[in-house]
Amino acid sequence: MFRRLPDIAGDRVSFTIDGRPAEARSGDNVAAALLANGIAACRNTPVSGAPRGPYCMMGVCFDCLVTIDGTGNRQGCQVRVTPGMAVETQDGKREVER
Amino acid sequence: MSAADFDLAVIGSGPAGLAAAALAASRGLSTVLLDEQPEAGGQIYRAITDTPVRDRRVLGPDYWRGAELLGPLRDSGAVHWPGSTVWSVARPRDEDAAAAAGTSERTLQIGLSRDGAASMLTVRHVLMATGALERPFPIPGWTLPGVLGAGAAQILLKTSGLAPSGRVALAGTGPLLWLLAWQYLRAGVALDVILDTTPRANWRAALPLLPGFLRSPYLGKGAKLLLDVRRKVKVVDNVTALRAVGEGQLAAVVYRRGDEEERSLAADTLLLHHGVVPNLNLANATGCAQQWDEGQRCWRPTTDDWGATSVEGVSLAGDGAGIGGAVAAEQAGRIAALDILRRLGRIDRAERDAAAIPHREGLERALRGRAFLDTLYRPSAAFRVPADDTIVCRCEEITAGAVREAVRLGCSGPNQAKSFLRCGMGPCQGRLCGPTVTEVIAAERGVSPAEVGYYRLRPPVKPITLAELAALPKTEADVNAVQKH
Repeated sequence: MFRRLPDIAGDRVSFTIDGRPAEARSGDNVAAALLANGIAACRNTPVSGAPRGPYCMMGVCFDCLVTIDGTGNRQGCQVRVTPGMAVETQDGKREVER
Repeated sequence: MSAADFDLAVIGSGPAGLAAAALAASRGLSTVLLDEQPEAGGQIYRAITDTPVRDRRVLGPDYWRGAELLGPLRDSGAVHWPGSTVWSVARPRDEDAAAAAGTSERTLQIGLSRDGAASMLTVRHVLMATGALERPFPIPGWTLPGVLGAGAAQILLKTSGLAPSGRVALAGTGPLLWLLAWQYLRAGVALDVILDTTPRANWRAALPLLPGFLRSPYLGKGAKLLLDVRRKVKVVDNVTALRAVGEGQLAAVVYRRGDEEERSLAADTLLLHHGVVPNLNLANATGCAQQWDEGQRCWRPTTDDWGATSVEGVSLAGDGAGIGGAVAAEQAGRIAALDILRRLGRIDRAERDAAAIPHREGLERALRGRAFLDTLYRPSAAFRVPADDTIVCRCEEITAGAVREAVRLGCSGPNQAKSFLRCGMGPCQGRLCGPTVTEVIAAERGVSPAEVGYYRLRPPVKPITLAELAALPKTEADVNAVQKH
């Protein structure tokens, strides 16, 4: 689990995780915001269904794939949270039309 | 014929890219600096412009040094396009004919995505400054949520001021592991244990290289940092085996010290690290020759003293060309930029050589002691070449055992393994399994990694949607190439 250090700058940003209200700080990417909200597993793999969460935080491992504002397979660590953003954990492959 | 949009595209805005773009642009090349991240800095100086960590002592002076690279970039006139993902670099298809007709100069075409839209950029020269990524650390359970790279945790600290809470274990070897522990202590974060996997035998091998390290600028800093951490955190030395266990989430770290019995420690977060390796996917997919570096036990693109690769018009600087660290990368960036100025006719050879002297001296200074660190912190074979039940390819969930079985069936290298097993065929395109697959096959065949080879990568080096590709502007030649006649 990750927590915010004391004395950290940044405005609060409201967004949702699987429809539930959540809070991030301006500058957070989606993967960081998920971890800050106590979510270590953000998807199940298409191969075995095993849960996975952010691993590299720099766009190389693709383990933080989530659905963002209706678009699947987004790299959570590469997208900044914006107010009202809808983040959904992803089950397996990206679905057609998402 | 297609006039270039820019003389030079620099890909990656870490220390090498920042320094190179600033130098090239300040000497008159029209330069664009492309980077995937929303802000300049690369990973080492990640979030240097906007980190929310107010207390400057937490990240330390070596981090804040990165801010000094931003002013020269701003003043240089280079165009900075953050949020730009480069997915290909290639010679334009119709250029050979045009060049033969004498109607165009040689150019390169860069495929990139910005704000969800793909476009092509034409430039005269490309400098790849793609940096490093953490060496894959395949242990049983490393795919469990709660297990992250130490580099990943450091990025969370820099970008968001986040630190692990609960029971925290760090495991592995290498300077970054100790730096992260030191930064956490400064920030008041409690660490339960550091499981140090540095092999005992490495000390003997590294000792002859100690004189070089004694002249290293890192010596004093490194020693103090190590002592600080060792005073305040429990360190278990000589860890020879490691696995993460839990049901769908990390619950414990099981480790073995030397040849003692295994011990188990409850843990909420496990941060793994055993060094970094060049991020070579783009260079590889562009066709740049690469070589096995035995000292650093990794593949790196082959470059000359000026960073030029085997592909005309493509240079490389910084950790992407072999691990040397941030200060070395900065100097290598400037050296490569000077050579590009010569290649594009802005300066002559003598001017290039003279201008490079201070940067070569700086590079030499920054690399002092590197061989000692490479040798001391070389991960043991047990961690580079894991046991059968360990997943090596995270994307396709392929184990080391499956790779060995493929070798026994006659598979001789990573590209065949890819066809047999799909390892390296997932979205990460081998970034998290390539070095391991090479070493597992080499060990199983009893030959050197150099003989086994590496994945032959293909663009796009980052996934893009078909819709993005389809929306690209098409020339008549493109249309003719796919239509029936």
